[in-house]
Amino acid sequence: MSRALGELLHYRAAVAGLAIIGFLLALSVYAVLTIPYGEAIRLWRGGEALWLENPRNASPLWMSLFRRDLPHTITVRSQDALRREKDLGEGVRQVTIALPFDYPYRKLPQELAVFFDVEYAERPPHVALTWRTPDGTAIRLGEFTVKTRDIYRMSSDPQLQQALGGRPEEVLFTDPQAPENVLQGRHELLIEGFLFERASRLETRLVVYGAVYGLAGTDHLRRDLMIPLLWGTPIAMAFGLLAAVGSTVSTLAIAAIGVWYGRWVDGLIQRITEVNLILPGLPILILIGTLYSRSIWVILGVVILLGVFGSGIKTYRALFLQVKEAPYIEAARAYGAGSMRAVFTYMIPRAVPVLIPQFVTLIPAFVFLEATLAVLGLGDPVLPTWGKVIEDAYSKGALFSGHYYWVLQPAVLLMLSGLGFTMLGFTLDRIFNPRLREM
Amino acid sequence: MAEALPLAPRRARSAPGTLARVVSYSATRLVALFLTVVVGVYLTILIANMGGYVDVIKRAEIREQVGISVSFDPVMQRLPVEERQKRIKELVAIEEENLGLNRPFLARSLVYLRESLLLRLGFAERMTSDTGSRLVRLIILNRLPPTLLLFVSAQLLLFIASVLMALSLSRRYGSALDQAVVALAPTSAAPAWFYGIFLILIFSALLRALPFGGMVDAPPPERAFAYALSVLRHMILPMAALFLTTIFLAVYSWRTFFLIFSSEDYVEVAKAKGLTSGAIERRYILRPTMPTIITSFALSLIGAWTGAIVLETVFNWPGLGRALFQAIGLYDTPVIVGATIIYAYLLAITVFVLDILYALIDPRVKVGIEERG
Repeated sequence: MSRALGELLHYRAAVAGLAIIGFLLALSVYAVLTIPYGEAIRLWRGGEALWLENPRNASPLWMSLFRRDLPHTITVRSQDALRREKDLGEGVRQVTIALPFDYPYRKLPQELAVFFDVEYAERPPHVALTWRTPDGTAIRLGEFTVKTRDIYRMSSDPQLQQALGGRPEEVLFTDPQAPENVLQGRHELLIEGFLFERASRLETRLVVYGAVYGLAGTDHLRRDLMIPLLWGTPIAMAFGLLAAVGSTVSTLAIAAIGVWYGRWVDGLIQRITEVNLILPGLPILILIGTLYSRSIWVILGVVILLGVFGSGIKTYRALFLQVKEAPYIEAARAYGAGSMRAVFTYMIPRAVPVLIPQFVTLIPAFVFLEATLAVLGLGDPVLPTWGKVIEDAYSKGALFSGHYYWVLQPAVLLMLSGLGFTMLGFTLDRIFNPRLREM
Repeated sequence: MAEALPLAPRRARSAPGTLARVVSYSATRLVALFLTVVVGVYLTILIANMGGYVDVIKRAEIREQVGISVSFDPVMQRLPVEERQKRIKELVAIEEENLGLNRPFLARSLVYLRESLLLRLGFAERMTSDTGSRLVRLIILNRLPPTLLLFVSAQLLLFIASVLMALSLSRRYGSALDQAVVALAPTSAAPAWFYGIFLILIFSALLRALPFGGMVDAPPPERAFAYALSVLRHMILPMAALFLTTIFLAVYSWRTFFLIFSSEDYVEVAKAKGLTSGAIERRYILRPTMPTIITSFALSLIGAWTGAIVLETVFNWPGLGRALFQAIGLYDTPVIVGATIIYAYLLAITVFVLDILYALIDPRVKVGIEERG
C-alpha cells in the first residue's frame, strides 16, 4: 500500500489531482470553520433584507482584470461627515448633514439609495435631500418624513425620475455639457432634517452602488456569492464521498456474497443488476425530488440505493470467481471459518486494489449528479450549493446579460473537483492494474 | 418462449443457421429486456403512487373522458343539469370500477402497470402538445423526434469518430497526440450540459456566432432546405457538448483496449505474415474487440439518454428532456411519470438494438458456444 503511494508521486497527473483535492478539502474546512452551518443558511436563505447594501449582480473583483474601470460601491456615513445642528426652540432642531464623496469612475453607478437610522418617540423627523454635482449645480431631490429604518431608494422613485427626466443615477452622474461622459469628481448629498423631539436622533448613510463586490460577486438578490461557493465545497465533497462509499462498498459486498453462495443467490443478484442497469436513474430521482423530498440526504439515500446494483458488480464478480478458487480460501474453509468470515476477511480485501480507483473516479460523478439535480431546480431547498448558483444564474439569463462570473465560478469549482478526483483515480487504476501501466 | 429456447440450438446444429441462432438469441434478450421494462415501469409506478399520485392521475383521466363523452352526447345534453351531473357521477363510478380503482393497491398497481405498458399515460395537468391536446402520450410523441434526431446522430458520429481515432492512436502510441488524449481523458468527468454552458458562453454570448439554443430560427424558414440548414446550425453546439464530454475518455479507453489486444500472439503472427496494418486491424483487432465495444457503447448511450434531460434544458432543445424539465417546473405529475416510463422504454430499446448488433458480431452467438455469466 505504501509502495503504491510512493509510486503515485511519480505521476504528474496524480500529484496535480492530489493538490486539487487537498485544496478543495482545505476550502471545505475553511468554510465550515469560518461560517457556521446555521449562519451560512441564514445568510443564504435570509432574503434580500440581509444584503441591502450590496449591489445587485455585481462582478467579482477579479473581473476588473478584464473590464477596467468597474465602479466600486461607495458608502458615506453621517457619523464620519460634517454635521451642523441648530436649535430652533421648543425642542425642534435643524440638522444639516453633508455627505461628500469622490466619484473617480468612468461608468455610471448601478443604483443610489439613502439609508436612515432614526430614533423618535411620536413625531418622526422630516428631511429634505439636495444633490450637489462637482460643477456646483444643486438639484433638489425631494422631502419626506422618515421612520425608524427607512430606505430611500432614489433609483426606484418614479416621482424623482419624472422630475429629473431620467433615472437619477444617470442624470446626476452625466456631464450636462458632454452627455457621453460621466461626471467625475466630488459629489455631495445634503440632508436637511428637522427633529421634533429632544431625544430624537438622525443618522444616515448614502450608498452609491457600484458594479464590483468582493472576491465572488453577488447574485440577483444581492447575496454574496462567496457563501454558496465556499459552503458548496463541503456539501459537494460530503455528497460525493458518501455516495461513492455507500455504493462501492455495498456493491463489493453483494458481489462477494453472490459469488460465495453461488447458484440462485448469484443468479438473482445478476438479474437485479441487469434490471438496474437500464432503469432510468435520473428520471427516478426527478420523480422523487418532485413528489417527495428535495432534501440532499433523501436524494443521497436514493442515489446509493440505485448504485448498489451498479455495473461494478460484474467486474467484482469476475474477480471474486478467481479469488474463490485460491488455495488460501480453501485453507480458511479447512480450519472452519464461517461464510461471513471468509467473505469479509478473506475475499473482499482482495478486491480493494480494484475498488480504490473506481471509488475515486466515482466521486465526481456524484458531485456532478447533485449539481445536475440542482440545475433542474431539484436542489436541496436550504443548502447553498454550486448547482443552485448555476441554476439561479441560468434562470436569470446570466449568459445573455453578460454576468459570466455567475456561471463561471461554480463551474470552475465543479470542474476542479471533477478533474482532481478523476486524475487521481486514473493514475491509481494504472498503478493497481499493471496491465494498463505501460499503456 | 421458455419452451422454444432449448430447441433453438439443436435446430441450428442440424441446419447451420446463423440466422436461427441470432434470432433465438435476440428473442431471449427481447423477453429479458421486456421483463426489465416491466420491472422498471412497475417500480416507477410504486414510487409515484406512494403518495397516491397515480390514483389522482387516473381519476382525473376518467373524469375528463366521461366529461368529453357526455358533452358529445345529444341525449345527455337535453337532460337537466342535476340529472346530468348525477349521470356523470354514475359513469365515473362505473369507469373507476372498471379500472379497479376501488380495489386494494396491489391489484390497482397491476392495472396501472398494464395501462403504462400500453402507453396510456393519462392527461397532463397543465402542459399541452403542439396540437393543443392534453394527452400525455401525444405530448411525449411530439417531443420524441427532436431528442432522437439530436442524440442518435451525435452518438453515431461519436462512436465512429472515437473508434477510428482510437485505432489510429493505438498504431502510434506514445506520440504527442496520444499523450494529449491520455491527459485530457479526465475531462469526461463533467456531463454534457456542463460543457454546453461553456460552449454557449464562448460561441453564442462572446462570439455571437451560433444560436443560444432552440431547434430552428424564429420564425422557422419556409423552404425545406433552409429549414434543415437552420436545424443543423442549432445542432452544432449541443452535439459539440456531447462530443466533448465523451470523446477523450472513449478514445483513451478503447485505445488502451486495442493496445492490449494488439500485443496478442495472433496479431504478431499476422504481422509476421506481412499483412497490411489495415487488414490486421479489421480482422484481428476490431473483430474480437467489437462485442466489448458495443457493450460499452450501450452503457454510454444509456448515460446519454438520461443526461439529455439537462442538456436539452440548457440548450432549449424542444425534446423529451426539456418536456420533463418543464413538467417539473409546473408540477405536472402525469407528464413526469409518463416521461420516466418512456425513458425506461428508450433505454430498453437502445440495449435491444445493440444486442442484435452484438448477436450479429459476436462469434460466440454465431457459432453457438454457450457463454456463461
